[in-house]
Amino acid sequence: MTSTRLRGTAGYLFVTPFLLIFLALFLVPLAYAAYLSLFREQLVGGVTFVGLDNYVRALADDRLVAGIVRVGVFFAFQVPIMLGIALIAALAIDSGLLRAAKVFRLGIFVPYAVPSVVATLMWGYLYGREFGPFAQLAGELGTSVPDFLSPGVILGSMANVVTWEFTGYNMIILYAALRAVPKDLYEAAAVDGAGAFRTAWSIKIPAIRPALLLCLIFSVIGSFQLFAEPQLLQRLAPSVIDSAYTPNLYAYTLAFTGQEINYAAAVSFLLGLVIVVTSYTVLFLTSRRRPQP
Amino acid sequence: MTLPSARRRLLAAACVLTTGLALTACAGNDPADSAEPVKAVSQAEIDAAMTKPTELTFWTWVPDIEKEVALFEKKYPAIDVKVVNAGQGEPEYTKLRTALKAGTGAPDVAQIEFQYIPTFAITESLVDLRPYGAEQHAGTFVDWTWKQVTGAQGQIWAYPQDTGPMGMLYRQDIFDEHGITPPKTWDEFAAAAAKLHAADPDVYLTNLASNQNGVWMGLLWQAGAKPFTVTAPDAVTVSVNDATSKKVGAYWQKLIQDGAVSTDPDFTDGWFQGLARGKYATWLTAGWGPVFLTGSAASTAGKWRAAPLPQWDATKPASGNWGGSTSAVVKGTANPIAAAKFAEFLNTDAESTKMFTTEQFFFPATKALLADPSFTGQKPAFYGGQDVNKVFADINATVNPQFEWPPFLDQAVTDWDETVGKSFADKTDVGASLDAWQQRVTDYAKNQGFQVATQ
Repeated sequence: MTSTRLRGTAGYLFVTPFLLIFLALFLVPLAYAAYLSLFREQLVGGVTFVGLDNYVRALADDRLVAGIVRVGVFFAFQVPIMLGIALIAALAIDSGLLRAAKVFRLGIFVPYAVPSVVATLMWGYLYGREFGPFAQLAGELGTSVPDFLSPGVILGSMANVVTWEFTGYNMIILYAALRAVPKDLYEAAAVDGAGAFRTAWSIKIPAIRPALLLCLIFSVIGSFQLFAEPQLLQRLAPSVIDSAYTPNLYAYTLAFTGQEINYAAAVSFLLGLVIVVTSYTVLFLTSRRRPQP
Repeated sequence: MTLPSARRRLLAAACVLTTGLALTACAGNDPADSAEPVKAVSQAEIDAAMTKPTELTFWTWVPDIEKEVALFEKKYPAIDVKVVNAGQGEPEYTKLRTALKAGTGAPDVAQIEFQYIPTFAITESLVDLRPYGAEQHAGTFVDWTWKQVTGAQGQIWAYPQDTGPMGMLYRQDIFDEHGITPPKTWDEFAAAAAKLHAADPDVYLTNLASNQNGVWMGLLWQAGAKPFTVTAPDAVTVSVNDATSKKVGAYWQKLIQDGAVSTDPDFTDGWFQGLARGKYATWLTAGWGPVFLTGSAASTAGKWRAAPLPQWDATKPASGNWGGSTSAVVKGTANPIAAAKFAEFLNTDAESTKMFTTEQFFFPATKALLADPSFTGQKPAFYGGQDVNKVFADINATVNPQFEWPPFLDQAVTDWDETVGKSFADKTDVGASLDAWQQRVTDYAKNQGFQVATQ
């Protein structure tokens, strides 16, 4: 027996714990959901095998399609804002020009430590028309109270909550990537006469491109899986947020309200597919213009 | 435990475990079986079960119910009841369904609201309590509550625990200020709403919550509508947009569109604020409402009074029910006798039921307590010394016993929220939204394999 072979076995041993958990908590449930999605259980009549009928139904389901379009819109305007702020904050901290940079860094990160349920409840209070601070301010000024939960505005209100929650998280990823940029590049830039902005634009941002892409992919997944925020705001605006507002909320409603677990599994699978396709599209579009080495 | 029964139980457990996977139905669980005469459990079996050391799990969201449970444990020391709060209403039902599907983790006894009994009966999740002597209590409970827990083939699915006959709580001070007398009919109510709104646009005669299907169903119930009728285990009549519903819908649509009635979602912070600061001059609520309000709008003490709901026909007073709960034994329990006897004791024992009215301030479901002067004679200061319980006890006698719930209530409620409730909030055509509700419920029921008829 050679030592290389021994080392190979040891490698497998090291990844076994991960593989076991990955298998038990990810692959098996995934396979089970795929299996479930091929059946239909009715309150009257029990379980029947229906092949891909659930998928056919889902593709023609207006409520599902509307939900996917909605989270697509959400992604298109929320993510650029969030990543833009995160990038600016990371560059500002990294520039070394900021006083109390540590306080600033912690302050922008703290919302991420607040569970999204708590965050949504808190913002729900702030948005309230009866007693929230905006309502009070409007009362003082004698103007009409802005309705943050009205049909045209609520997606923006939700984007605000998500931005508040996740900007700090993305900022930390980008900041960590900035710290790993070799310092001699900055020196070279300085020698060439580049100022702080020029350095940021021409050196720092290109250098952390992989980290930005990572944030972008996380954001695709996060946007399309939007659940806690609409689910909680539903209680405050029941006539605006319906049970199919986002695809995840719809799958949840199907499974636990309508008891259509099989159809919910099919919807979840389709949503997964949409996320994969969107992620690859985003990757493709953003890496196309990458200069060849 | 005899061997045959153990084997049967094992088979039943196997059935439960495989329903999610197997393509064939388990023969022993056929709904047709329920129509056959039930074999009673013998007293010897009951005695054996009640003296055998047993642990029961009881899911409930009733606060401090440990006090009533202690009475049971004192009488049956061998039995230990573990009280678990698995959430109030829907969250509990979701967990219960998940546990039943998983085949493990379900409680022995669960709190279930009246309206959800058919929903759990259709999935064969409840134990028929007749073999355990439930029928002897038919006369213990108010007739309409007993009807609510009785299945189509005569099964007794649960014991009523508390109820919510609907009445009207109103602000005497606001009424006095605007010269309004408590409306006896819905016509008077509409006139009062218009008058109040004209005098003070910031005050509404009432709030018809756009998220509260329970109130809508209670109002339909009062009006004599029969939105759902289960005609066979696989057949249901859906008539949520019949003439009666349309009449009730048109009535409220006018009030909403005139701005005389608000439609804020209830049990939200804004709604609590509204109650406390006099935004709503009445609350159309249930028998449990008076105590609830005492706790949640304490600053308005002394200003409220109670009256029956306004009537469609003042010569034939009627009401509906909103809320209230039952205790049901969950299918798959290893100790059905002990579980059934626990549910029975909790809701029929004189001391336990009395305690519910003094500790939890429940509106009782038993005839004895509704006639008990120590309950009906209470004159709380919050209601200016009015005998509020007496008002609601009298209303209780006018609740129509013929009202049924669909065997898929969660879905019906969600569909209502997104059609009828939404039309309240958006001030749109309630009649059209009732048609949309009818359509969605019908589609769902058909999709679930029901034969659907319309009246």
